Amino acid sequence: MDSDRVKYADDRHTRANQDEYLTFSLGTEEYGVDILRVSELRGWGAVTRIPNAPEYVKGVLNLRGNIVPVFDLRQRLGIPFRAYEKETVVIILRVVASMTEKNIGVVVDAVSDVLCATAAEIQPSPDFGARLKTDLINGMISANDKMVMLLDVDKLKNFSAIDSGMEGNAA
Amino acid sequence: MTIDMTQFHQVFFEESFEGLGVMESGLLDMDPGAVEAEEINAIFRAAHSIKGGSSTFGFQDIADFTHIMETLLDEMRDGRRPVTGEALEVLLRSVDVLREMLTAVSGGGALDGALVLSQQRELEEILNGKNPAATADDGIDVCTEPAGPAVDGWHVVFRPLPNMMRTGNDPLRIIRELAELGELEVKGDISLLPGFENFDPEECHLSWDLRLRTAVERAEIEEIFSWVEDECELAIMPLPVDGPATFPDVDQGMESSDVTPPQSASFKATPPSPERRAGSDRRQSDRRVKERRTAGTAPANSIRVDTKKIDSLINIVGELVITQSMLSMLGENFRIEMLERLRAGLGQMERHTRELQESVMQIRMLPISFTFSRFPRMVHDLSVQMGKKIELKLTGENTELDKTVIEKIGDPLVHLVRNSLDHGIETPAERIAVGKPEIGTVELNACHKGGGIVIEIRDDGRGLDPDRILAKAIEKGIVKAEDRLSEQQIYELIFQAGFSMAERVSDISGRGVGMDVVRRNINELGGSIEIESQLGRGSAIIIRLPLTLAILDGQTIAVGSEVYIIPLISIIESIQVQPEMVNLVAGRGEIFKLREEYLPIIRLHEVFCIEGARATGPTEGLLVVVEGEGRRCGILVDELIGQQQVVIKSLEANYERVDGISGATILGDGSVALILDIPGIMRLANAGPELRLLQRTA
Repeated sequence: MDSDRVKYADDRHTRANQDEYLTFSLGTEEYGVDILRVSELRGWGAVTRIPNAPEYVKGVLNLRGNIVPVFDLRQRLGIPFRAYEKETVVIILRVVASMTEKNIGVVVDAVSDVLCATAAEIQPSPDFGARLKTDLINGMISANDKMVMLLDVDKLKNFSAIDSGMEGNAA
Repeated sequence: MTIDMTQFHQVFFEESFEGLGVMESGLLDMDPGAVEAEEINAIFRAAHSIKGGSSTFGFQDIADFTHIMETLLDEMRDGRRPVTGEALEVLLRSVDVLREMLTAVSGGGALDGALVLSQQRELEEILNGKNPAATADDGIDVCTEPAGPAVDGWHVVFRPLPNMMRTGNDPLRIIRELAELGELEVKGDISLLPGFENFDPEECHLSWDLRLRTAVERAEIEEIFSWVEDECELAIMPLPVDGPATFPDVDQGMESSDVTPPQSASFKATPPSPERRAGSDRRQSDRRVKERRTAGTAPANSIRVDTKKIDSLINIVGELVITQSMLSMLGENFRIEMLERLRAGLGQMERHTRELQESVMQIRMLPISFTFSRFPRMVHDLSVQMGKKIELKLTGENTELDKTVIEKIGDPLVHLVRNSLDHGIETPAERIAVGKPEIGTVELNACHKGGGIVIEIRDDGRGLDPDRILAKAIEKGIVKAEDRLSEQQIYELIFQAGFSMAERVSDISGRGVGMDVVRRNINELGGSIEIESQLGRGSAIIIRLPLTLAILDGQTIAVGSEVYIIPLISIIESIQVQPEMVNLVAGRGEIFKLREEYLPIIRLHEVFCIEGARATGPTEGLLVVVEGEGRRCGILVDELIGQQQVVIKSLEANYERVDGISGATILGDGSVALILDIPGIMRLANAGPELRLLQRTA
């Protein structure tokens, strides 16, 4: 794909009206989130398990006195679980759920880069119908011949309404 | 320089609502026969500050309305007007109207303009109609007749008190301001000037007789004097056309007040519905006011703190800073022989930290009078409505409780007091028939007991009838006819959902929350509720609450590699059971015998799906006997770790409610531990594994 449509953050000052995205990898796939929603990155550390919670809820951690839930993004998206290692990172995100701002942590394999893109460069997410639910993904951009899927972080938080299609994939 | 006044509005509203509370309770306490000057004074002061505040912030209608009340109170205070029960009732209703006006301007919805007008007229009628003749002769009365058509100016007698200039008010400036309104004729009076040797330049001994020919409204003149009202003797009288200044006679005043109601400008005057015209159903409007009030309390989330508490906080912080600097000096060139001093310093630090924690918690503490203060009015209104004679006794109003608890305990208490009034206390005739004093008593008592708060609602009414309750419960199918229940268990039945003892649904009971909701609210606060009753003698509801919601005494327990916290308040004891104490029910349900009681065993590792638990059978670990919502059970854990105070953090802030968990806390090592919700765990355990799994994938 044409790589000059998307520039990396170094020359972000040359273009206006563009948003920045933090990209990270889950296996071979590349995902991105709006960088303004990221509050910090942490290495994976022990969390306290929440009893009877969905599989992808790894537990809660202490973020300077706040109790923050941590989700495994692989399991949340229905990608097979992979054991955590040195590079495993927890991204603390600010999400808006029912009018209040909440903090959640998501576990990803590794953080990649910061990406700049204008709204025009974002393509709609493909429709797989009932086979694969893609409502967590609100667009795609391509960078360096790689496709980056943009996550709708606010939807990550819909714990109670987990789409059963993904649960099926995870199992 | 312009100041954005709106930034002070919140404070003004808070103070005004507080003032209204003072007025209300003062009026209720007042006995028409024997009135203490100080009682009226307190009410007058409250009214006066509301008036001052509202005119400062431009809420002229409120200021006008309060002014009329104030005038009435002023006359009562000076003894120029007898305090009648009727006048007190009118004043009480005016307090309601005023509260509604304030709520309306603070954003609490539309105002019924007609109600305000009719109330205002009622006040004026009292003021003018049965006016004792005393007002005319002393000339220092503030009359309230609005400008009638035959008036072409105002006659103002202005006599400042000697200390007026000390408060920064200059009579000259006031006179100049008056001169701007029209043609002003000033006559000074120097008769009160002291001799030269006693002369103090900071005192004012002059007084003035002012005649102002103008078309302005009386209110405008009053506004000029609004800052000095307390510091002068003032009389404003209409100046008849071409005539000498005389006081209007009583009849004229009445007429003029009837034809020119001071119209409120900024309120949305909704057309009065037919039944709510002057002399409408007052109870209805009372209720509306109350509903409006409860609706309006939600947004203000500030807290007013006693300065003493802040001072003590500052003191402790000061100490803490000193200790900290001492410790850092010690650390800069530390040698081993200084170990003792280091230890002492650390001990001091620990002490200060604990004090700091306590002081900060103190700030959240409010006296329970915040909740109790609404009851005198409620009892007053309801006893009139029900035709019962009831005396309310409040004790322990100064018991302090956490702000959150105070806010949440209000509605359950209202419900319980209403119940006492409606079902508990008998009518005067019934009381006399059974040989009780005619006047029933309801006592509200709050006190500290064993690290918590106990609130009691006690009445000397008819008490609960266990037979009737049981019959009702059997009729409703809550218990079976062959069940044998203790008296206490029967009382517990009234907390069941859908259980109502009311034989008739009255206006007072049968509305709003039921007893089951009361109990749930109290349980949510970590408290418990119990009933004591004696048939024919009265009953008491006893509520136990934790001091604060933010900190809890907890027992840390371990299951497998996981650590949980059980609130100490729900733990009865911890025991190691012997095999012979354990029995099986239907091959699965485990129960054990504790003294004379059989209690179910809940294996925490099963309920929470914890892997690697060491104690898999009841005899291998420890059973923590806990109580929740009146039921007991034994929770199987691996071991007890220790007791500690934990700061409760919400799981819902960033996540969602978890069944069986009431919150989380952070342990000394920085890790998170979850706090068990005992009633929730009992429900989870009863739901069985299938349901738990269902919830998990739901």
